[in-house]
Amino acid sequence: MSAVSTGSTPEATIGSTAGGPLPTEDFCGHCGEAYDGGECPPSYAHQRCRERLAMEPPRYCAACRRRMKVQVTPLGWTAECSRHGVLAS
Amino acid sequence: MTTQASGTTNDDRTTTNGTGHPILETARQQVLEDGIGLTQAQLEEVLRLPDEALPAALELAHLVRLRHCGEDVEVEGIISIKTGGCPEDCHFCSQSGLFDSPVRGVWLDIPELVKAAKETAATGATEFCIVAAVRGPDIKLMNQIKFAIDRIREEVDINIACSLGMLTQRQVDQLASWGVHRYNHNLETARSYFPQVVTTHSYEERLETCAMVKDAGMELCCGALIGMGESLEQRAELAAQLAALEPHEVPLNFLNPRPGTPLENQGIMDGKDALRAIAAFRLAMPRTVLRYAGGRELTLGDLGTREGLLGGINAVIVGNYLTTLGRPATADLNLLVDLNMPIKELQKTL
Ligand code: SF4
Repeated sequence: MSAVSTGSTPEATIGSTAGGPLPTEDFCGHCGEAYDGGECPPSYAHQRCRERLAMEPPRYCAACRRRMKVQVTPLGWTAECSRHGVLAS
Repeated sequence: MTTQASGTTNDDRTTTNGTGHPILETARQQVLEDGIGLTQAQLEEVLRLPDEALPAALELAHLVRLRHCGEDVEVEGIISIKTGGCPEDCHFCSQSGLFDSPVRGVWLDIPELVKAAKETAATGATEFCIVAAVRGPDIKLMNQIKFAIDRIREEVDINIACSLGMLTQRQVDQLASWGVHRYNHNLETARSYFPQVVTTHSYEERLETCAMVKDAGMELCCGALIGMGESLEQRAELAAQLAALEPHEVPLNFLNPRPGTPLENQGIMDGKDALRAIAAFRLAMPRTVLRYAGGRELTLGDLGTREGLLGGINAVIVGNYLTTLGRPATADLNLLVDLNMPIKELQKTL
């Protein structure tokens, strides 16, 4: 599996993409609101979300804003979007 | 099971004198020397100590922990077998199905659970707690738990604990017969504040499950979640109510305000207040396993985590929590090495 960094969290990688395009960073993985473009780091509004994503897995797919199925284990986590595949720590 | 090098023990510090505040002088005799926990009124005094007395309070709490519990630190991993969709309305909880929380319902399959148990044991942890977001378990969940316990037992040498909400007597008896050695059921907050936080079940219902667990011979793990807007009096009340239950373990959580919950706009608790609470809980319960649980990363950060371990805490949850992430396991394990605190070995817990 070729791991593609999504930028959602520092160490997240994406597994299968369920046949869809690779996700783009259109939505915030923490709050699910749209990223409003701009240079990295993203807008101030999502800066806090970025900080929170260091302490929790993403809940929203960055590509389509679907709520993901998130499973946290003591030493890892996975977040699955039914369309865009699985992110894993 | 690996035990980290302990080097010189922290018992040297038991010779420290001079706490500088009347309640701490009282606590030195009553708790440290006589092993009797502080009363609710005394705990309130500890919670009201000025900042300049905090180091002395933490030092005394640490001495109490060393004298009455020893220098070992108990390490545990927790995992959610069923996440989200809970019918209860605990206002702090992102897993309630009654709030507009981004947490989706999901079940963990058994092979993943066994894998997580193996990974947890590899950190040196002696405890693995299986948690479900439910009011109480139904037959399907009980069957899953039995299956999970059997599979873990086949492959992993670790104590298994459960946290499955409110239990019937039959369920208590089943869990005890399956070898669940500890059951978690938190009080969360003081009786007087509970109705502000939970309306779908009562404090008494929680106490009933706690009592059944103890009567069945399982260790009771009964925790607190502080920083939910309770007063200092209520924080002292909670510590005293927990002490009265005589639980084997008290996990101490600090509110991490979750999006979509009624407490999402509650501020993060002040770190010094959190440390005062750690000292107070230790001085309320000199012999209890007092575990760092959720929210410490936000409330205390790295420095505060260290201060708490030198202020009465003698157990940690390693790695992640149920829906949020903890510090990297290595960060806590390295900190224990730095502090010359050995990890409790499995045989000592049996
Ligand atoms: S019973 Fe447990 S899982 Fe359910 S809402 Fe309360 S704290 Fe959350």
